[in-house]
Amino acid sequence: MASVTATTDREVLLKIDGVSKIFDGVVKAVDNVSLSVKKGEIFALVGSSGCGKSTLLRMLAGFETPTSGRIYLSGQDITDLTPYERPVNMMFQSYALFPHLNVWDNVAFGLRRDGLKGAELAERVDAMLSLVQLSKYGKRKPHQLSGGQQQRVALARSLAKRPTLLLLDEPLGALDKKLRETTQLELVNIIEQVGVTCVLVTHDQEEAMTMASHIAVMDEGYFLQVGTPDEIYETPNSRFVAGFVGNVNIFEGKVDEDEPDHITVICPECTHYVGHGITGTSGMRVAVALRPEKIQLSSVQPNKNHNWCAGEVVEIAYLGPHTTYHLKLKTGMVLKVQQPNLTRKMADDLTWGDHVFAHWTRDAMVVLTE
Amino acid sequence: MRKQSIMPRLRRLFTVRNLVIGIPMIWLFALAAAPLLLVLNISLAHMEVTSVSSLWHWADNELTLKFNFGNYLYLGEDSLYFDTYVSSLKFAALTTLYCLIVGYPFAYFISRAPEHLRTMLLMLVMLPFWTSFLLRIYAWKALLADNGVVNNGLMGLGVIASPIHMMHTSFSLTIGMVYAYLPFMVLPLYATLVKLDGRMLEAAADLGASPFKTFWLVTVPLTKRGIIAGSLLVFIPAFGEYVIPELLGGPRTLMIARVLWDEFFSNNDWPMASAVTIVMILLILVPMALFNRYNDETRLGEKS
Repeated sequence: MASVTATTDREVLLKIDGVSKIFDGVVKAVDNVSLSVKKGEIFALVGSSGCGKSTLLRMLAGFETPTSGRIYLSGQDITDLTPYERPVNMMFQSYALFPHLNVWDNVAFGLRRDGLKGAELAERVDAMLSLVQLSKYGKRKPHQLSGGQQQRVALARSLAKRPTLLLLDEPLGALDKKLRETTQLELVNIIEQVGVTCVLVTHDQEEAMTMASHIAVMDEGYFLQVGTPDEIYETPNSRFVAGFVGNVNIFEGKVDEDEPDHITVICPECTHYVGHGITGTSGMRVAVALRPEKIQLSSVQPNKNHNWCAGEVVEIAYLGPHTTYHLKLKTGMVLKVQQPNLTRKMADDLTWGDHVFAHWTRDAMVVLTE
Repeated sequence: MRKQSIMPRLRRLFTVRNLVIGIPMIWLFALAAAPLLLVLNISLAHMEVTSVSSLWHWADNELTLKFNFGNYLYLGEDSLYFDTYVSSLKFAALTTLYCLIVGYPFAYFISRAPEHLRTMLLMLVMLPFWTSFLLRIYAWKALLADNGVVNNGLMGLGVIASPIHMMHTSFSLTIGMVYAYLPFMVLPLYATLVKLDGRMLEAAADLGASPFKTFWLVTVPLTKRGIIAGSLLVFIPAFGEYVIPELLGGPRTLMIARVLWDEFFSNNDWPMASAVTIVMILLILVPMALFNRYNDETRLGEKS
């Protein structure tokens, strides 16, 4: 697919330069945020509610004015443009479809504002409806459609004007889980087919990872980390990011050996031999983050003096493709371990109260200094 | 067998639900439907000196029913009645239109005001109701008379040399009607405007609609119900208004309620007055029925 070709070579479409938003003179919703989004990219802003991601999106749409900073779209400063002057369209959370207009007129609304009429208008609207596979539903009113269909009308309406930038506010938030998974990929397909640059806001990190090529994790108005989904997941830069994106075990400890190619961290639970260096000194307090799926379990004690610990199985959650075990370590810490179910469930599998050894490789974990 | 089933049936008849519905039903029948039937009855009779003739007559084992349609026919013959109906409709329509023009910005402003101020602003709209209606209409006399507050003020400022004649004209009548009925327009408009989803307006702006286009294409259609409800609440009583035309209207202002009054109390022609009433009610029922049909349609639409 075209979008796979090196996004790094592409021009920057959206540039956010030191933007802050302060409500009522005290509440800092967005705090000095800078960001570049390249053409054709799907960029996700993730964070828990109240982290400022929606405010940032509303500033891109023009519903809020930044207290300071500028926003550039294709090199043009759009900070002071009204929403109806911007080549930006938004798909609203729970869609905000016009209840008094039918599907066709909802999609045509924006085009009519551009003065399109007659055959040209009909052609554009029909093309949009067939893109989202709703050609037969033009005459229906929004309330006569299912949630998934409403979502597609909202998408068609926001794409109809061929915006330079498409904003998606919790695009799948109103759908149930099963529908969400299929819709995610469908949505990405349509967006890539149209080739529009897209900024999406979501509280669901899985949704962000599936849909976006780049992710910014936000908390209290700041960007904690910006990167590709695998960068965010495999090399989080802070405890918050590691914990927000996926499941993680955090060991608190002290750096012992500090070499350029490896370090060792002594924790109450075990000693970690980490296969990468850090910018820090020995004796420094750090956290070692270890994802549950990167841990192996065995009934015999591993023949090495680091990267393993013993524990007792206190919780088992069988999830089909994999099983999550909670091991209680001697320090009282609960270690989450995820094992793929490579074969069908056996009678001699681990059970509650079993004593097992958890071990992992030198490249399984990441050291967090923040 | 039969006897046994009667008691439970009776008991089922007197359930709480039936009683709750039943009381207003009886009330409506006794105080609205029954009097209306009486009026209909009178309108088909004719005057016999001081009493109204009976519609039915029993003699020699024969029941004779006599309907007198003369009153209704006379309504068509004398152009006074037709002119009065038209004039009443015109004044009621104008009052409704002006109330809408004045009331919509009013309601819009209140619905967009900070939440803690809204109740107070609504109270201010209803505040005049705490004073006697008659008193308030009389106050307009003091304001609009040739030597009233407005004329004296304007002459004092030197804007005009001689008083403008405003009292007892269609101007004073319209002002009085709009003033009296404005709250009936504002309240239903407010009720729909306050429920208007702000995201709809944002969506319209996002799709390139200017503030005016957004208002015309989104706000107005989405508050259509409030507009219709408010218009009916103003139009219907304005159509049959008696007091305001009597106090503020000109001697030749034709309003149907004044004709009614004359038929009843000056001419003492009750059947004629009743016929005027029945036609007036029919004229009001038409917009009512239209509104109800619209209401049912949208309510059906909003289900699911």
